[in-house]
Amino acid sequence: MSTTLDRIAALSDEARAAIAGAGTTAALEELRVGYLGRKAELPNLLRGVAQLAPEERGLVGKAANQARKELEALIEERGSTLAAGELDARLVADAVDVTLPGTPAQAVGRLHVLTATRREIEDVFCGLGFTVVEGPEVELVHYNFDALNHDPAHPARGRSDTFYVRRPQSVLDAVGPDPAQEVVLRTHTSPMQPRAMAAQAPPIAIIVPGRVYRRDSDATHTPQFHQIEGLAVDEDITLADLKGTLLAFARAIFGDERDVRLRPHFFPFTEPSVEVDVSCFQCGGTGALPRTGARCNLCKGTGWLEILGSGMVDPNVLGMVPTGEYDPERWQGFAFGMGVERIAMLKHAVPDLRLFYDNDLRFLAQFG
Amino acid sequence: MRLPLSWLHDHVAPDLTPRELATRLAMTGTEVDRIDHHGVDALEHFVVGKVLTCVQHPDADRLRVCTVDLGDGGEPAQIVCGAPNVAAGQTVAVARPGSIMPDGTKLKASKLRGQTSAGMILAEDEVALGDDHAGIMELDGTLAAGTPLADVLPISDTVLELEVTPNRPDCLGVYGVAREVHAATGAPLGAPPWADDPHPAGDGIPGVSITVEVPELNPRFTARAYEDVTIGPSPAWLRARLLAAGIRTINNVVDITNYVMWLTGQPLHAFDLDRVAGGTLNVRRARDGEKLLTLDDVERTLDPDVLVIEDADGPTSIAGVMGGQRSEVQAGTTRVLMEVATWDGPNMNRTMAKLQLRSEAGARNEKGLAPEQALEAQAVASRLMVELTGATPVGGTIDVGGPGAAPQVIRLRDARVVSLLGAPIDRATSSGILTALGFGVREADDGLDVTVPPFRRLDVTREADLIEEVARLNGFDALPSTIPENRTGFPGRLTPQQRLRRRAEDVLVGRGLAEAVGWSFTEPALLDRLRIPEGHRLRQVVELENPMSEAQSILRPTIVGSLLDVAAHNAARGQGDVAIFESGTVYLRHGDPAQPLADEHHALAALVTGPMSPASWRGGTGPLADVFAAKGLLEAVAEALRVELSFKACADWPFLHPGRTAEVLLGGTRVGFVGEVHPAVAAGWDLAGRPVGLFAVNLEQLVAAAPEVVAYRDVTSFPAVRQDLAVVVPDTVPAADVAALVAQVADEVRIFDVYAGEQVGPGKTSVALRVAFRAKDRTLAEEDIARLRGKLVKRLEKELGGELRG
Ligand SMILES: [Zn+2]
Repeated sequence: MSTTLDRIAALSDEARAAIAGAGTTAALEELRVGYLGRKAELPNLLRGVAQLAPEERGLVGKAANQARKELEALIEERGSTLAAGELDARLVADAVDVTLPGTPAQAVGRLHVLTATRREIEDVFCGLGFTVVEGPEVELVHYNFDALNHDPAHPARGRSDTFYVRRPQSVLDAVGPDPAQEVVLRTHTSPMQPRAMAAQAPPIAIIVPGRVYRRDSDATHTPQFHQIEGLAVDEDITLADLKGTLLAFARAIFGDERDVRLRPHFFPFTEPSVEVDVSCFQCGGTGALPRTGARCNLCKGTGWLEILGSGMVDPNVLGMVPTGEYDPERWQGFAFGMGVERIAMLKHAVPDLRLFYDNDLRFLAQFG
Repeated sequence: MRLPLSWLHDHVAPDLTPRELATRLAMTGTEVDRIDHHGVDALEHFVVGKVLTCVQHPDADRLRVCTVDLGDGGEPAQIVCGAPNVAAGQTVAVARPGSIMPDGTKLKASKLRGQTSAGMILAEDEVALGDDHAGIMELDGTLAAGTPLADVLPISDTVLELEVTPNRPDCLGVYGVAREVHAATGAPLGAPPWADDPHPAGDGIPGVSITVEVPELNPRFTARAYEDVTIGPSPAWLRARLLAAGIRTINNVVDITNYVMWLTGQPLHAFDLDRVAGGTLNVRRARDGEKLLTLDDVERTLDPDVLVIEDADGPTSIAGVMGGQRSEVQAGTTRVLMEVATWDGPNMNRTMAKLQLRSEAGARNEKGLAPEQALEAQAVASRLMVELTGATPVGGTIDVGGPGAAPQVIRLRDARVVSLLGAPIDRATSSGILTALGFGVREADDGLDVTVPPFRRLDVTREADLIEEVARLNGFDALPSTIPENRTGFPGRLTPQQRLRRRAEDVLVGRGLAEAVGWSFTEPALLDRLRIPEGHRLRQVVELENPMSEAQSILRPTIVGSLLDVAAHNAARGQGDVAIFESGTVYLRHGDPAQPLADEHHALAALVTGPMSPASWRGGTGPLADVFAAKGLLEAVAEALRVELSFKACADWPFLHPGRTAEVLLGGTRVGFVGEVHPAVAAGWDLAGRPVGLFAVNLEQLVAAAPEVVAYRDVTSFPAVRQDLAVVVPDTVPAADVAALVAQVADEVRIFDVYAGEQVGPGKTSVALRVAFRAKDRTLAEEDIARLRGKLVKRLEKELGGELRG
């Protein structure tokens, strides 16, 4: 009996030493097969327990079983250690140059800066309670001028300032010689003021983004540009409300520190009319650059940048709404119009208006 | 309007620097474009001198060498002078070294042909006092040498260039601006220069008769006559003022008309009375085709909308705009008829536009002046005619039409001021402002009764106009900044259509495309370059009557031209791999021939050419973009909007590759195309050699079809069974038909392989599809799948002549 037990002890000792000395998971697997595999001695001893004398059975069986479990645990433990080490080594060998670019190269698209600017402005005014409406670019003289209280002699109506659309004979036959039925490329997005008011009773709060056209072409004028018109009419809307609304707008677009000032001006469709300046964001409104003290080139030393024209809607414009729902004795409001190009040029320091329409990919990639 | 400050100071002299004055004017509504210096600078170097000696230059025929006493107690200065009229004993104007001349150059001591010259004896054009360069100016001999020249001659002035808004023609005159400056600064305003009218009373002029046939277009016509007129140059002070104001000087009579116009804002016209045939003037409409030679030497053809002034021999002037040569004042004129009249503004505007003729007079008359201004101008002119030309008035004043309507009185309610501005302006402040601006003011219960002066008659007609006047002079700085309450009943927001349009654009941006913004204008030749045949709908373009150039004379009927232009622009700059889109309007004549407006819609189009992805270090570039690249982009847009598009081979667009183009259908309606640009067309934009993929759709139609709200569908409770199917069909069957048929029994149908070749036999194509079989109410069993496949086999056989092979 003792020989069997001794044998078990000897096998265990030998196996323990071998397991501890195993250098690879493969060598360990060989040891597992050698000591615990189907043909190995220890399992056979265990299987042979039945043939032993009854008083020996319990002792030998227990010893052999214990030895097997111990060796299994040792192999498991040693195996994990070896596997972890081997994985580490494999991964080290598997290193790549992580500074190489990602694949496949993902082209990044961009919105045009005019679209991005327009959307930004739209979102600001949506936040201020305005809805966004749009209208035709090819427009009747009636909406573009007459319904906006433009004097019949206003030079903007002239063929040197405004694009007129050639009307086929069939249209001339249908509308007759009425000059209000002449057709122009809208010179501003303001025609949507009378159109929107005819479609919606007061109160109303809208902005109108869109393309507009004037016969002008140089570094500061392109014959096509983009405008955003605003209109708010209610019983008690004041010039102070206009100032507050445009202050909020200016801060949203140009920064929270901005201020605005109103300067009197003249527009046919507003009374009083004001031009709105925003304090210069380059020099902080001082007119001088912070570090050098040199004259600020953006605002030309004035501390202010002109951004838009606006005013209180002229009573005539309200009175002309054909539904009669905008009685100027009861309703009042403000209107404003800004150039998207102008805002984008100021914000992004774009030096020449024509760059917007060249659509050079190197330009487009810079914005949006 | 150029405003010389020295002239302004005759009437109002605020204690402000030119820049401060400009700022104050800008803040009260009159923009100052520029502050200009007129004349010379470094005034201490300009002095009166006495020519002591004057001898011929030893080495130059045309030069004299003079010594000039400059009254500085030192040696007389030696000055070389080229003027023929210089002589010893003269009192002259001298610029010493250090003087800054009108063009900005600094005068230095120099040597002329070996003789030193310490300065310059001045001719009038050299100090911007005139354009005479025939000789030096000879000054009054009683002036002492060394007297500062600026004390004697107006050689230096500051000029404000005002941007006068169209509603304020009164500010197109110096006195009108002075009134505005008075109101803006509080500096006292001098009496109007027309306060005293020296002209003899009386309503007739012997031998002169005036008639007006069109009083509605010529509300007032006044005339005065003068004899013993001596035509000659105007005095230096007057010429200096006109030059500073930017007006050429001609002779004393014409200069007087210009000077008075600049002062009062009211144009005048001087006739040579001896050349007014019959002594009669008549205002009438021109006859159709009537011709007139105007002062600018151009023969003009007129029509009945143009007014002419005629004498017994026919038209002599285009009324209100420009005189004619026949009755022009000239060197020998001794009798002058001075016309000052009021004209209908819109008619003046039309006349100038029609004749393509503008003048300072017309620019004022088109604003609509007050009839009262006519006699104001006559009064000032009368005084100057006597003073400067030696004229004697003949008779009194002929006045046809008389003054304008009685002045309007408007109530300015205190309450209305607050309700419109959002802050009060007290009544006394308003009263002070309006009085300074020339309005009459009387207290009323709830505000002020305000009388509008004639020169503001057209501009100020309502209470709101008065509020503007007091607000702009009171300033807006004190105005609070408030946000109005939104009572529209709606939150501020984009419409669903606007949100979806953004979504469509964002999909393309997400796919790596750059957005372009093209021109709405294009050239008619674009239609030929795109090979669009006569009669094609895209030929029904919107044409401009007055384009800036042929290249911008129609509105684009498609975005394709814009995208090709952008691609070509970039390709020419070494950036030939282009992936761009535009989201914008296209224009066609309206389908209804009686409809004056255009048929406009918002289109979305994209162009891709070159490798679909750039070269990678892992080897290779993406495949070249082609029709499928464009289609993939459009499908992504459709998918994002949740609209289902279908595609059908179609060769309706002559600018596209006939075998690689599909029309895009939305529920059976054509909404656009996808394809490759025809190589012959691409070559026209220097884009040949590689496919140019392109799609263009009517985005409005896509957006209109997109669901606003999506309802939930249960796709997780009962899992789908995924299978790959191989379908073999005749090669004439489009893949889309196979997919559509399969989609009737299975979900998520996707074609992942297409094969034609030996294994499927001639005339056949194998289409491999990945599908999901799914039921709403249970998990499908083996036999369900078998049944569905059986159904598919039958329908493939029957409808497409195909079979399921796996
Ligand atoms: Zn600045």
